[in-house]
Amino acid sequence: MTSSTVSEVAVDSQTAARRSFFLVFSCTFIGALAQILIKQGTAQLGEHHLHLTLGQVAHRPELFVQFSLSVISNAKLFLGYCLYGVMTFLMAAALKGRELSRLYPIIALTYVWVTILSLFLLPDEHLNFFRSMGIAFIVGGVSVLGLKK
Amino acid sequence: MRTPLSSIILVLFGSFIGSFGAVFLKLGAEYMHGSLKRIFSNYWLATGIVLYLLSSVFYMMGVAQGQLTVLYPMVSIGYIWAILWARLFFKEPFTRAKIGGLAAIVVGVALINLGNA
Repeated sequence: MTSSTVSEVAVDSQTAARRSFFLVFSCTFIGALAQILIKQGTAQLGEHHLHLTLGQVAHRPELFVQFSLSVISNAKLFLGYCLYGVMTFLMAAALKGRELSRLYPIIALTYVWVTILSLFLLPDEHLNFFRSMGIAFIVGGVSVLGLKK
Repeated sequence: MRTPLSSIILVLFGSFIGSFGAVFLKLGAEYMHGSLKRIFSNYWLATGIVLYLLSSVFYMMGVAQGQLTVLYPMVSIGYIWAILWARLFFKEPFTRAKIGGLAAIVVGVALINLGNA
């Protein structure tokens, strides 16, 4: 009796682990799609919002306010951040009571999806040797962050 | 078309601000066991959310110009700050994995910038 209960618990936790694995995997896609929408949305914001620098904003804080206001009325940005919200909610559900560290390798895939989706869905994007290597290093680096040693 | 340095700086600045957002969310989460009313009066959480909103405005200013294949990977620099703050504020130790991972991230970001030249 006791042993069967123990094995049922083991199977249950395995199913739960697989479920959260799948959820986090889906989250990386949703997150990447949100990034594309956010990029497309900001490109629509109008010429005077496109060339801001940190220095300008530091000297003229009203530029920050104007930019924020134009963001609120943009449909793609709204949708992008909604997706982001959904992703955060799913991620929180997947991670509840679970160790984040083991999921870093999946989360790191977001960098791959954003790159691939950018190439297909955005204008003027391209990949070269250095950029591909850069992505590989970042994905590798993020993947190992959670290891115990 | 080359991604301007000003965009890269804006995205990096956004991720720096966002890393403080994570610190406040963590502080807020530690007090989050109460009722809904207590969650809304949780100033740590509110501060964290405001910092995230601020950081996303800087991020958007950055990606408005230039290529996402260059700018999005810059966000990974945020892990450096996150791990530094975790050590400073929550006494989470540096591990060999963290140091190695951060080194790889720095090399990756440098390569992406090289690929932008």
